[in-house]
Amino acid sequence: MARKRSDYGTLYRGREGQWAWLAHRVTGVAVILFLIAHVVDTAVVGWGPEAYDRVMAVYHNPIVRLLELGLVAAVLYHGLNGLRITIIDLWPATTRYWRALSYATVGLFVAAMVPITWIMGPGILRLL
Amino acid sequence: MATTATPAQAPSAPRPLTRAGRERPIGGFELWAWLFMRVSGLVLLFLAVGHVLIMHVVDEGVDRVDFAFVQLRWQSVFWRTWDWMMLTLALLHGINGLRNVVMDHVPRIGLRVALNLTFAVLGFALFVLGSVVVFTFDPNAWPPSA
Repeated sequence: MARKRSDYGTLYRGREGQWAWLAHRVTGVAVILFLIAHVVDTAVVGWGPEAYDRVMAVYHNPIVRLLELGLVAAVLYHGLNGLRITIIDLWPATTRYWRALSYATVGLFVAAMVPITWIMGPGILRLL
Repeated sequence: MATTATPAQAPSAPRPLTRAGRERPIGGFELWAWLFMRVSGLVLLFLAVGHVLIMHVVDEGVDRVDFAFVQLRWQSVFWRTWDWMMLTLALLHGINGLRNVVMDHVPRIGLRVALNLTFAVLGFALFVLGSVVVFTFDPNAWPPSA
């Protein structure tokens, strides 16, 4: 359906759902962009140890390692929020609990990211 | 999304109470794509989140991932199957996701078709490349503990 120019670029004035939607979209695009690079970098394994280990050396960098933590967070958020969307869409009766489900999604995400950051953090700090 | 059962206008208008839930494509390809995103998403929640935790978080994370690691890992049909299923579903899920983004944000039809075609061709090329690597990689072609 056609939309006017003025329909684009307006700030959403919604509540939790709008932020969940935005975060879902941003993390989704981030993950597919990484995946495009990742299929190619994994393909280098066919050229043997020297070539592949040279590719893997890019992870020996604190900024790349910080982005790696961001990737884990993006995959995890997108997966958990996608699960919430799927539950509500395939079982519409749960719509009445959408706000509780939204908070559960964010709660699970934060609860998982605390130990993950604790585990991955030293690997980033060691390279500084 | 572009094809939805009800228009997005009038947020203050009361919704019918008899049919709960969010908007959904009416039918055809868009409904199948909608369903695919949810079903593949459930499988990827297992495959992709599992993959990311195994490769990037636990047991020294990416520090231990090198050629020798892949060589050992791909001795196993289980991991090759996991990786190929993940490759296939993630590319379809991701490229279709990009198509949804393009439909939402690119109003010009020419640019829209050009972008979607580019992503589709790129996705297919990556599927071919990834499949060739997963199926033809020979762990014994190089000496172990390289």
